[in-house]
Amino acid sequence: MQTSKLLNVLACHLPAETFVTLPPYSVARYNFSVPAIEILGLEKVYHVGFWRKRPKRALHPLSFVVEQGEIFGFLGPNGAGKTTTLKMLMGLVFPTGGSAKILGMDLDDPRMKAQIGFLPEQPYFYDYLTAHELLRYYGQLSGVNSKQLTARVDTVLEHVGLKDSAGVQLRKFSKGMLQRAGIAQAILHDPKVVFLDEPMSGLDPMGRREVRVLIEQLKNEGKTVFFSTHILSDAEALCDRVAILNQGMLRGVGAVEELTAGLRGQVEIVWAGTSVPPSLRSAACRIAGDTVRAVVPSDQQDNVIETLRREKLRLISVTPVRVSLEDYFMAQLSPDQPSAAAANGKAAQ
Amino acid sequence: MSSRIFHIAANTFREAVRDRVLYNLIAFALLLTGAAILVGQISIQIERLVVINLGLTAVALFGVVIAIFIGIGLVSKEIEKRTLYTVLSRPVARWEFIAGKFVGLSGTLVVNASCMAVGVFAALLYVSRQLHGSDAWVLVAIYFIVLQFLITTALALFFSSFSSPLLSAVFTFCLFVAGSFAEDLRGFVGLSHGLQHWMAVIAVYAIPNFSALNIINQVAHGNGVSGQLVFWNTAYALVYIVAVLSGAIVIFEYRNLK
Amino acid sequence: MRRRRTIRIAAALLILSCAGSVFLLRLVDRLRENATLEETIYISSPRLLKHLSLGYEGLLADVYWTRAVQYFGEQHHNDSGEYKLLWPLLNITTQLDPHLVPAYEFGAAFLASRPPLGAGLPEQAIELVEYGIRNNPDDWHLYYDLGFVYYDLKDYAKASDAFERGSHVPNAHPFLRIMAAQTAQHGGETRTAQMLWTSVYETTHDPQIRDNAKSHLVSLTADLQCEELEQIVAAYRQRTGRNPSSFADLVRAGMLRGIPVDPTGTQYRLDDDGHVFVSQPADFPYSEKALPSGYVPRRR
Repeated sequence: MQTSKLLNVLACHLPAETFVTLPPYSVARYNFSVPAIEILGLEKVYHVGFWRKRPKRALHPLSFVVEQGEIFGFLGPNGAGKTTTLKMLMGLVFPTGGSAKILGMDLDDPRMKAQIGFLPEQPYFYDYLTAHELLRYYGQLSGVNSKQLTARVDTVLEHVGLKDSAGVQLRKFSKGMLQRAGIAQAILHDPKVVFLDEPMSGLDPMGRREVRVLIEQLKNEGKTVFFSTHILSDAEALCDRVAILNQGMLRGVGAVEELTAGLRGQVEIVWAGTSVPPSLRSAACRIAGDTVRAVVPSDQQDNVIETLRREKLRLISVTPVRVSLEDYFMAQLSPDQPSAAAANGKAAQ
Repeated sequence: MSSRIFHIAANTFREAVRDRVLYNLIAFALLLTGAAILVGQISIQIERLVVINLGLTAVALFGVVIAIFIGIGLVSKEIEKRTLYTVLSRPVARWEFIAGKFVGLSGTLVVNASCMAVGVFAALLYVSRQLHGSDAWVLVAIYFIVLQFLITTALALFFSSFSSPLLSAVFTFCLFVAGSFAEDLRGFVGLSHGLQHWMAVIAVYAIPNFSALNIINQVAHGNGVSGQLVFWNTAYALVYIVAVLSGAIVIFEYRNLK
Repeated sequence: MRRRRTIRIAAALLILSCAGSVFLLRLVDRLRENATLEETIYISSPRLLKHLSLGYEGLLADVYWTRAVQYFGEQHHNDSGEYKLLWPLLNITTQLDPHLVPAYEFGAAFLASRPPLGAGLPEQAIELVEYGIRNNPDDWHLYYDLGFVYYDLKDYAKASDAFERGSHVPNAHPFLRIMAAQTAQHGGETRTAQMLWTSVYETTHDPQIRDNAKSHLVSLTADLQCEELEQIVAAYRQRTGRNPSSFADLVRAGMLRGIPVDPTGTQYRLDDDGHVFVSQPADFPYSEKALPSGYVPRRR
């Protein structure tokens, strides 16, 4: 973010003619104050059934902002509405309501589309083309200067580790190689924002690590990466911020530490006995016939132990809770969990 | 023409070539060679007639089959394989995609028909040892056949912009057959009354008039057509194609690519 | 939004080009107006067509049958009096489907008739119906039709023979036997013709054949009436030694009750030679006796 401010300052002091010589999209390119993605109340209702009368809501109104230079994780179980949201951003599906802007421009603005890259879920490409031809084709469609195209294709192929397979038809590619070709086409035209739909799915651990490294490289190059995943460890390791989606509804947006803060600093207390002191009713649950477990904030730990002793209950263990994004995620997915709303409210601030 | 339309067209052409679509030329060549040799041996006087009739009918049928079976997959295959997503997320408008696909397959069919035209003339030369001035009408007949291909391609593209490949093939084929029998439908208009009459009138104008574009028999008998007919037939075909493609674009622009 | 603009432009183009294609199609049609039916029988070999139909010759026969009826109807409507495609169309139809009996009936009626009313090809009509009989020997209609063709040719022996053959077919109409006898004995008489055409008028389901029978009957009635009137004229001449100058003379002489009218309600006319004829000969296309002297049916 510091670089962005610096550039902003520089931009303000540049003479006006500087912009004239640049390609049309360059204003946006150097304008870091515009958010990468701005989603405002975007929603989607499909009409299903034979007569398309029955409404089926794929996405409740969704709003969030992704700043430039971020790695933004879009989390949710399968069917949560992640792909629908991505397709709306890509102009493949049209929203029923709300609006969105990418780099401050409308979703059907070709100047914007020249600056974004997209990797669909489980991509499959023209299998009669070689990797080199595929990338040339996509480069032409993106309006990459034909003189620079060949060099650019070679660079990108090397970058994703497909240099040796450049002349091989895609029908002979393995799944991992296809995924790399997919990433190559997404970053080929040096886009400002890269959208990746489940980039790690179906890859072996090595492949996933490679993709992770690639995403980090993209960030280092100053690009914004927006990727959807249902694999939490990937998101936790990579993302500056995440949004959590379930059943078409946004459950939380924020930095990983922010989201998990609500769950952090807790202790798990387990004791034997069947009775639960009234003050612990809300936090406790029975885990076996005569064993009860309660999770409480650590500053209440002494009070609880004191209470248990007064009630003559036998303490079994006291363990500090290690909170991960997964815990938060699970908490969000059970809709009636009280902490979910609390964390949500906090994250939304 | 926008360069994106050109690149999509070129890729469509490349796909057809790599999917061995042009191999149909081998079948065509075999058919024509066989016919030429056979006709040269057994029939007297009507060799030219048979070669032109058979050759041009084969040009039309091979081309229409290609137009339908590739045409219906132009859009649906790209949706099914999700390759369309990576195209439309680029600065490519949907109408450019439709236009590019149309131009690409049209180009394939023109190249295919040109090769076949060479074959027909070779066979003609073989059976009658020389070419006559009236053989130039064969070129006009092939030109009309190519116009039929373009209309068929546009129709296949139109249907595949909203229905499944199988249904698109059925619809396109039905329209092709109906269009070939356009004259009979006209006769029906003359004989019918009331509601039937008006439905027939609408059908006559809605279906493509392939009868006017079929001059195979005239040409086989050495008769030509007027230059006016060539001009107005061309205009008709182009305007019909524009209508069908605009319809496809309107539908496709509204379509959610689920 | 760009998308809205694209949709608006495409919709406008759609409407314009639809209108344009209708306009251009009409233009193209005008350019090739006469070419329309000629080309439908460019493939004139039924055998070749049978192969081309890939086993769906029944359907193709129906198409050709429809074309034949349309062609006849169109030519008839245009009063062109030319039916040169009728024979090939019917021939192809029946070769493709030899059991299409209506096609034989149609052919018998309109191939044999004299040019302004039919194609004037009685030999082809006989060939067609004989072919039909070979393929459908149990249908009495075909013998009946064949008898009519011969009857029209005034070949009463062959006509009688055809009716006779038909009368042996199971379920044949009983009047075939009567017709056979009548044609053999009183072939050339107008009353025989009247009886035959009345039977056609009453048994056919085809409106065009029924109309045809009706105009035969009208012509025959006119012929009969003229014959009777001429007999009265002859009696007048015998009595007075000269021809009547008008029907009024006959009325005054008490030989007629009023000015006679033909079946269409128009007055008959009388010339100086005592010949009686109809005033509108075009309404009596099959008439042989009731026409003005020297009248030649006009081809329009």
